[in-house]
Amino acid sequence: MARVTVAVSPGLLLLHRLLRRRLAAAALLVLVAVLAGGLLAPWIVPYAPQRMDILHRLAAPSRLHWLGTDEFGRDVLTRIVYGARLSLLVGGLVMLVATGCGLLLGLLAGYVRRLDGVLMRVTDALMAFPDILLAIALMAALGPSLIDVVVALATVQTPRVARVVRGAVLVLRELQFVEAAEALGATDARVMRVHLLPNLISPLVVQATFIFAAAILTEAALSFLGAGVPPTVPSWGNMIAAAQLYMQQADWLILAPGIAILLTVLSLQVLGDGLRDALDPRLRRLMR
Amino acid sequence: MAAYILRRLAGMIAVMFIVATLVFAIAHIIPGDPAGVMLGPSATAEDVAALRTRLGLDRPLPEQYVRFLGAAVSLDLGQSIFLGRSVLQALGERAPLTLLLTGMAAALAVLIGVPVGVLSAVWRGGAFDQAGTALSMVAASLPSFWIGLTLIEYLAVRWHEFPVAGYGAPGAGLLEHMRFLVLPAIAVGLPNTALITRFTRTSMLDVLHEDYVRTARAKGLHPATVVIKHAFRNARTAVLTVIGLVVAGLIGGAIVTETVFGLPGVGNLVVSAVLRRDYPVIQGALLVISGIYVLVNLGVDLLYAVLDPRVRY
Repeated sequence: MARVTVAVSPGLLLLHRLLRRRLAAAALLVLVAVLAGGLLAPWIVPYAPQRMDILHRLAAPSRLHWLGTDEFGRDVLTRIVYGARLSLLVGGLVMLVATGCGLLLGLLAGYVRRLDGVLMRVTDALMAFPDILLAIALMAALGPSLIDVVVALATVQTPRVARVVRGAVLVLRELQFVEAAEALGATDARVMRVHLLPNLISPLVVQATFIFAAAILTEAALSFLGAGVPPTVPSWGNMIAAAQLYMQQADWLILAPGIAILLTVLSLQVLGDGLRDALDPRLRRLMR
Repeated sequence: MAAYILRRLAGMIAVMFIVATLVFAIAHIIPGDPAGVMLGPSATAEDVAALRTRLGLDRPLPEQYVRFLGAAVSLDLGQSIFLGRSVLQALGERAPLTLLLTGMAAALAVLIGVPVGVLSAVWRGGAFDQAGTALSMVAASLPSFWIGLTLIEYLAVRWHEFPVAGYGAPGAGLLEHMRFLVLPAIAVGLPNTALITRFTRTSMLDVLHEDYVRTARAKGLHPATVVIKHAFRNARTAVLTVIGLVVAGLIGGAIVTETVFGLPGVGNLVVSAVLRRDYPVIQGALLVISGIYVLVNLGVDLLYAVLDPRVRY
């Protein structure tokens, strides 16, 4: 009975509280627009992403091409929308994989004392590599495909989730309701699943939006360096890389994907902050 | 204190051991034969076999692992496959540039981030606070390579204020090198100011509400004296923590930004090693850079005691 209310009404309550904050509501609106653009890409863009128009190479923004064309005469707006598709796909998958793995590792480290030392040293070691360095090293080993990018970026982000979850579990496990469950003879697995997990959702949701943002930034950097998705796939990072040669004649080539990254990542950060404020105020203490 | 340092050193060795194990594992998750991948499809079978022997890939995995750990401990990072020199030598040649760039970016991030954070806390909720928060969020949402390219386009190419790319002549003085690194340092430092601003602001807000700050104000001390001498003194440890945390971000930013500005640093070395699959170089760079990160954070922990006499180990 209690769990039914946990599953439905806090979600609506949260949405309500979130929409009351103007900035967070605006961020949510931008993200919904980017998501809709990415999902509906083939139906809403005026051109095919690979369609070249040699007569209109490096054309400035106009009514035909709102964001101009690139060095092959491809429509920039079309490629930005397809790039959104890729960024959101990579960001979303990384978020799911990293939060899932991080949640499991964090729960184990925080609740099962025997595992804490080992697991935390492994996350320390993983976090000693700069994000992008670990990601490109993994890409060199794995190969240039979408799945490999997701695996590499999820490996980079998982320790961060694990840390946050562990921190929250360390606080929770000292509380009386956990002690009561243990005294009643609940198994470790049951305490983690029934008593700890529901209380971890808030910090996890907030962390997930930040991971989404970080994954989009790192994916862009990987593509920019030529170590991400294959160059034929339109992505914001490899659009910027290709535009380097032409930026003096056509600065829209560099501005458009950059602004797309900025808007998406900024919206995710604002949304994350809004979620943190809208969720339980006690969360602030658990997040540290 | 001595016991604490020993304990921290032991922890650091444990972390570095796991780092080395991860680095070894990364090179061995390559599907198929690493020697074949490195030499490309045009290589002959003999060449591949020769490289396998040279890298010790023909030996059993546990033996390779032990050899790798042994070599790593003695800082023998192996030979680069394409550069014709040892990995340590290649890293050593390029390290000064990357260290200078990271240092300049760190200085910039601290010089902007800390004052903005302090003032945002003092004028909490005011226009400065809101503008500072908004700008630092924007800065944190921009990729460093994009900031770099935009700076090149608008400050270097159009206004000729700064050099477009490069690092100056090989014999140039430090100041001349630094002039070439101004734009790259902005590109690397800017996204990292956000975290510093936030941390500084939060820790200052915590301190500003303490009784002793009210007492200092009640004594009639100048507001600036209260903020700088009384409040900030106690917020320094938090600021130090965040500086330890952004080191990884700064090095990562430097790696990407060096390619934008054509700087011959460690980042450029690593990126070209990745594109050519020069695994010994990749492994060596991973080990050295993570080692630096771990050392910096050890330094940060030890500095706590210096900055805050209340910290006892």
